[in-house]
Amino acid sequence: MLETKEVQPHHVKLPDGSIEKLTTTLNLGPTHPATHGVFQNIVELDGERIVSAEQTVGYIHRAFEKLAERRPLYQVTPITDRLNYCSSPINNMGWHMTCEKLLGVKTPKRVDYLRIIIMELARISDHLICNSIVGVDSGAYTGFLYVMQYRELIYEIYEEVCGSRLTTNIGRIGGFERNFTDTAFQKLEKFLREYPKVLKEFENLFTRNRIFMDRLQNTGAISTERALNYGFTGPNLRAAGVDYDVRVHSPYCSYEDFDFVVPVGSTGDNYDRFLVRNVEMWQSLHIIEQAYQKVQEFKGAEAEVFHADVPEYYLPEKKEVYTKMEALIWHFKIIMGETDIPKGEVYHCVEGANGELGFYLISDGGRTPYRLHFRRPSFIYYQAYSELTKGGMLSDAIITMSSLNLIAGELDA
Amino acid sequence: MALTNEIIQQKLQEKFGDQVSNFETPFGLLSFQSPKEMNLKILQFLYEDATLQFTFLTDLCAVHYPDNTGKELAVVYHLHNLKENIRIRYKVFTGIQQPDVFTATKLFEAANWMERETYDFFGVNFIGHPNLKRILNVDEMDYFPLRKEYPLEDQTRIDKDDAMFGRGGSIY
Repeated sequence: MLETKEVQPHHVKLPDGSIEKLTTTLNLGPTHPATHGVFQNIVELDGERIVSAEQTVGYIHRAFEKLAERRPLYQVTPITDRLNYCSSPINNMGWHMTCEKLLGVKTPKRVDYLRIIIMELARISDHLICNSIVGVDSGAYTGFLYVMQYRELIYEIYEEVCGSRLTTNIGRIGGFERNFTDTAFQKLEKFLREYPKVLKEFENLFTRNRIFMDRLQNTGAISTERALNYGFTGPNLRAAGVDYDVRVHSPYCSYEDFDFVVPVGSTGDNYDRFLVRNVEMWQSLHIIEQAYQKVQEFKGAEAEVFHADVPEYYLPEKKEVYTKMEALIWHFKIIMGETDIPKGEVYHCVEGANGELGFYLISDGGRTPYRLHFRRPSFIYYQAYSELTKGGMLSDAIITMSSLNLIAGELDA
Repeated sequence: MALTNEIIQQKLQEKFGDQVSNFETPFGLLSFQSPKEMNLKILQFLYEDATLQFTFLTDLCAVHYPDNTGKELAVVYHLHNLKENIRIRYKVFTGIQQPDVFTATKLFEAANWMERETYDFFGVNFIGHPNLKRILNVDEMDYFPLRKEYPLEDQTRIDKDDAMFGRGGSIY
């Protein structure tokens, strides 16, 4: 930390109490355009250098954990949408898988592969936003505008599968609400065909750009030990040199069937976080290609499977509810929360776009969760922001904030 | 030798004897309890022991059991040994009248905000915490909203005039 005394320039003799001798308190946020969300930082500035930063969070707290305590399991899904809204499908799937773990539902392989396609698309769209925003904050708007068009392709796939784009509420406990249509697969093919070129061009714009490198390297760095102690997970931890990835360490949803590399950085600074996310996008593409290939290998009746055969938990199709007695009964029981939910405590985690997204669900056998706690990665690593920015320039702090990929919705739950 | 749930349990019982109890493995995750006074000793042992090395705090939260007289609040730690890739769940129970639990911030920086969040919603008083104040709720709040005595609003109530949202007013 810089001492207040050192501020005084040597060539000028300042009288006591001069403003140049003092640090400035600046209120950054909560609705500052550069903070991309509702973040408030009260920063203590010495010229342009940050002496300390104090975060205030909670501006969009919506009491999700309380709300979840009176909702049947399937009604919690829309809540999870609103955690990390840049990659809602991962949250949705994570929640479904938590429920499936508690209920003992085993999903068919095809469902797993379809889920992986959607989750990896979500990871790409999330990383894409994060990395292009880093560009925006360092003065390069082009990349952001350019890739936005291709995020649209991902959103169109969501739209085709579940009908919505941002807060997707995609899938159900046991599988998907409907099978992927041919159009969905065509859109996926289009994405797989066009996206590599775009990503390459995006990298050409940024990765070896001298200005960009100078702005990002050695700013917002964190050591491996500190990152672990601060509970970092996901790309931010990997940029600090730990190859921890939930997809590899505790595979879920048949991730063990896939071949991919976990990129690691070394310095834990903004530039490494940027690079790690870029490589992860390539890896996600690679996973999607494998998954799509595996999906195509299913033949006959297997190729039509899109949910597990668990009528007591899987919400039946509306058409069947109108025509079949059985389906009507299950529909009623699920909607009214009359299905039996076993007692138990389960912790399930998925590799969210920001890191380990955990769901700690306690069920007392009632119709709703007794307690549900979300382990939100950005809430946990935002603590380190003060340490990351201390001694650096104010303009670097802005880049640090965007390169950490802080999502207010996830942070405040 | 890979670290297993049995080895962890054995090591804990060797060190702490009867103080650690209720060993269970729901869904393969070793889960146990101890008196709340022991929490720092146990966390430190788990952190520093050469074979255990639970140096990563995944999650910290609380649960309210209003019927569990004298032990109404549970503080739940999820710990992870990243080298051996094994997780455990550790709980301490505390009475709601004096919900004092020692802070884990000395071991894990990550515990700082998680404990503030737990205090914010359940009122668990973490002794020794550097900055124990509300984090997500407003500072002026004088109750702990995730406790079970605060139910969510009954959605079928009709006394509230909220015609814009289809409730009360001209509809009834």
